[in-house]
Amino acid sequence: MTVGVLALQGSFNEHIAALRRLGVTGLEIRRAEQLQSIAALIIPGGESTTMAKLAECHNMFPALRKFVKMGKPVWGTCAGLIFLANKAIGQKAGGQELVGGLDCTVHRNFFGSQIQSFEADLSIPHLADKEGGPSNFRGIFIRAPAILEVGPEVEVLAEVSVPSNKATNSNSSECSQELNKVIVAVKQGNLLGTAFHPELTADTRWHSYFLKMVSEVGEATSSVVTASGDSSAPGEHKYDLPIFLP
Amino acid sequence: MDISGAVTVYGNGAITETKKSPFSVKVGLAQMLRGGVIMDVVNADQARIAEEAGACAVMALERVPADIRAQGGVARMSDPQLIKEIKQAVTIPVMAKARIGHFVEAQILEAVGIDYVDESEVLTPADDVNHINKHNFRVPFVCGCRNLGEALRRIREGAAMIRTKGEAGTGNIIEAVRHVRSVMGDIRVLRNMDDDEVFAFAKKIAAPYDLVMQTKQLGRLPVVHFAAGGVATPADAALMMQLGCDGVFVGSGVFKSGDPARRARAIVQAVTHYNDPELLAEVSCGLGDAMVGINLNDDKVERYANRSE
Repeated sequence: MTVGVLALQGSFNEHIAALRRLGVTGLEIRRAEQLQSIAALIIPGGESTTMAKLAECHNMFPALRKFVKMGKPVWGTCAGLIFLANKAIGQKAGGQELVGGLDCTVHRNFFGSQIQSFEADLSIPHLADKEGGPSNFRGIFIRAPAILEVGPEVEVLAEVSVPSNKATNSNSSECSQELNKVIVAVKQGNLLGTAFHPELTADTRWHSYFLKMVSEVGEATSSVVTASGDSSAPGEHKYDLPIFLP
Repeated sequence: MDISGAVTVYGNGAITETKKSPFSVKVGLAQMLRGGVIMDVVNADQARIAEEAGACAVMALERVPADIRAQGGVARMSDPQLIKEIKQAVTIPVMAKARIGHFVEAQILEAVGIDYVDESEVLTPADDVNHINKHNFRVPFVCGCRNLGEALRRIREGAAMIRTKGEAGTGNIIEAVRHVRSVMGDIRVLRNMDDDEVFAFAKKIAAPYDLVMQTKQLGRLPVVHFAAGGVATPADAALMMQLGCDGVFVGSGVFKSGDPARRARAIVQAVTHYNDPELLAEVSCGLGDAMVGINLNDDKVERYANRSE
């Protein structure tokens, strides 16, 4: 099972470290042709505008859309969630290209600037059912997006309460006035999206949940994949940043 | 002071947590910037160019370091109005510089809603002894360093991100290389050191023992580590990445060059594909004039890096 991590910019090292803790090697994906060698893809957190620009430069969007259409599992965290959404609001002037596939509307930078970034305990009954462990998860939200609307086929996995003052702070006053809960984790078929950053916590349940999605697909199609295309120098050990959460 | 009378020297984690904004959230934004380029901009138009080129954040300034050098005088925090305009113009994070030790400038920047404060030696220092106590702020800070001891002292003061100082506004990479090599070299020495020797090493580099030990265990700085000061070409940026940095600040290098939009795009690509010489060759082609550099052998050139310890 080969899992790729889109390594254009952002927290790809953290995702690879989380996969390593589960005994899986993550491949850094920087070019469109490398997508052919992987069974599943994680699109990490980062600046979605930057990642979209870099993907556009190398003409990766058609390959990414094809990857999603083929039904291979893809997980987007934060910026990656924006990539996967069919519609994003609050984009930069001129907009940005999206991969799409996840039937939902995402509000970029919903909670405001860095001062409004926060940690919150999320209730995750579905994940706790599948992966065990406590029924809550410490979500880290960094200039995070939120999911405003979902289509009928989308399964909501987690929500976060937005205090009314926070809702008025955000620049989306027209749609968040009476809103007190926003969706922050969804699943649709083989697509998983989280607005927070499981890669920044020691709790690897979201990663193992995604890996189970990958192995389910692998069993169905019995695809054999080989590891190749890692652009980092062989034998080079990357040191990980500490995790500041228990 | 804790009302209960219980004293915790360093709090729960190795780095003291403040209740208002946990360190994980402060470091988290820096982690989202990894593998990216942060560009100095002086107005909303330049900020838009940087965003279009793929910068992961912009640094809002009144003058780029090269102009601060050329014009002299006291360099201070930018006009908050300018910062607000730049914030309006882009969706990527906006950083701004405060003078070393000038905690009121930092308070103003926090009030403006800036995403990251750079306590920078490029501005004229306000305090020649103390840095800002960065634990008191909800907004995260990035600070400069020339060596491992300086980096860990800044982290103890609450910096959630470190950049090497280099020599800003010179377009000369030599100081940045010196500082990155010094930090990385010290970490390599530390990794091979007996645990018993770490106490004396911590004393020698004048850094808190617990952070030195944490650095030894991790094999890297415990926060995100960018390079800065003198980056002018895509090759300079890739050099910093290959030396082990997490990302790059480009100050005067972009907007003091012949074709800023193109150079900015090339530097962003060079940071993403830093290990791919063929792609580096491709993006380095036909970028027009690079900024005019300053030779640092000249004693008359002021060394900003030595303005703080």
